[in-house]
Amino acid sequence: MSRSSSQRVVVTGLGVLAPNAHGAASFAGALREMKSGIRYHQHLADLKFGCQVGGIPEGVDELQKQYLSEDELFAMNHNMIYAAIAAIDAWTDAGLERQAPDSEPDWDTGAVIGTGIGGIDTIAEKLAPKVQEGRVSRLGSSMVEQVMSSGNSARVAGLLGLGNQVTTNSSACTTGTEAVVDAFLRIREGRAKRMLAGGSEGSSHYIWAGFDGMKVLNRTMNDAPEKASRPLSASAAGFIPGSGAGVLMLESLESALARGARIYAEVLGGAVNCGGHRGGGSMTAPNPVGVQRCIRDAVGMAGIEPSQIGAINGHLTATFADPHEVNNWSQALGLPPERMPWIHSTKSLVGHALGAAGGLECAAAVLELHHGFVHGSANCEDLHPGVEAYASRIPQQTIEAPELDVVAKASFGFGDVNGCVIFKRFRS
Amino acid sequence: MSQEQVFDKVVSILKPFVRSPEGLEAVKMETTILGDLKVNSARLVDVVLEMEDAFGIAISDEEADQVACVGDAVNLVLNKQA
Repeated sequence: MSRSSSQRVVVTGLGVLAPNAHGAASFAGALREMKSGIRYHQHLADLKFGCQVGGIPEGVDELQKQYLSEDELFAMNHNMIYAAIAAIDAWTDAGLERQAPDSEPDWDTGAVIGTGIGGIDTIAEKLAPKVQEGRVSRLGSSMVEQVMSSGNSARVAGLLGLGNQVTTNSSACTTGTEAVVDAFLRIREGRAKRMLAGGSEGSSHYIWAGFDGMKVLNRTMNDAPEKASRPLSASAAGFIPGSGAGVLMLESLESALARGARIYAEVLGGAVNCGGHRGGGSMTAPNPVGVQRCIRDAVGMAGIEPSQIGAINGHLTATFADPHEVNNWSQALGLPPERMPWIHSTKSLVGHALGAAGGLECAAAVLELHHGFVHGSANCEDLHPGVEAYASRIPQQTIEAPELDVVAKASFGFGDVNGCVIFKRFRS
Repeated sequence: MSQEQVFDKVVSILKPFVRSPEGLEAVKMETTILGDLKVNSARLVDVVLEMEDAFGIAISDEEADQVACVGDAVNLVLNKQA
């Protein structure tokens, strides 16, 4: 493996398990058509959740049997199952063959697949009740691998025989984007040829309950699920919880060209940081200086001018922070509202998939670049007054954009953490 | 329960954990659980718990440690039921 620094890094595979689609091609179609994956869920009503709608990938009970054996599924919760399906899809989409269980590990390929909350459903439904009852001896063998934070990436490593770094990062809602940045830097340094990168999050009500308790979920539109996720809207009243997994196969350009791989896009730059809970930042709010520095660092590393960015796939969750985020982008890029790139929210269609959000939304950004479109940002027909100056730059319907050349994707998370990635259409 | 019935039940308990279809195809009393059936050794704990529930018996850690092949598991059950 080459140890020279500054390898160029490209995206050669995508794995998507989203509330509105499974598979990269279906996801691209769903985004273009602005298909919502938000549904009403009776079990949330039965449990007296304020928000009774959410985004859950459909058909997984059947789908999982096509990807995983009974033995494997025995020790997997939804977080792990979603990660496995998306990672296998990214692997296959990259044109790679699955290797036999007794094959040599692939020492050149690793994974950074994060999660925000992880296996809390296993803890709540299996571990805690038995421990409370004094029945530890009846827990069986599968608790640790399901509740350890790295359960998702560890399972993927075994399924695909990965031999390079395999880890799970966790930085709340920045997780998936941070994973892409970390994997990008590892390949760039020449420490791996390929890295699966992204995030996964299960769909358990135990994951969502804490957010409902905080009153940060929208509880006003249970009767209109597809309208409930309203980033950038004046009537936004909190985010809609989502789930699933988004995994990108990042690869050195050298490796991709050598094996004739299809290249979706190039990763030009990326940055992560933290606002330090200072300057207005806190556990739950971003320090605007941190956000702007993160964006500027990513753009600077990419070596592009802000005006080259054609679209921003924002974090944009439908909380009070949306107008602040848009203004931070404008400040960071040094562009007035009317000269800003298109800015839109994939969460308007799939909800906020927490630790999976960055992975899913990076996949969305790459697909938009590859196919030349910017999907409409749904449910913001009543634009928030704080973003009215940007009205002409917020697409309410999907725009065909064959000239789209650079897309910026950012995620911001609890803990005042930030991540930003710059994708560019690949040209040799 | 007859030996045959216990054998069939033990095999059905092992089946979800078996990673060698060929081993399962040719399963007999002498078939080793880890070697021939390629059951993950960590899952033996789950097999023992399933056996306790299925046959209504208690299996000590020491007894479980002696189980290497399918016949060991079958005989363990038969001895408990005797």
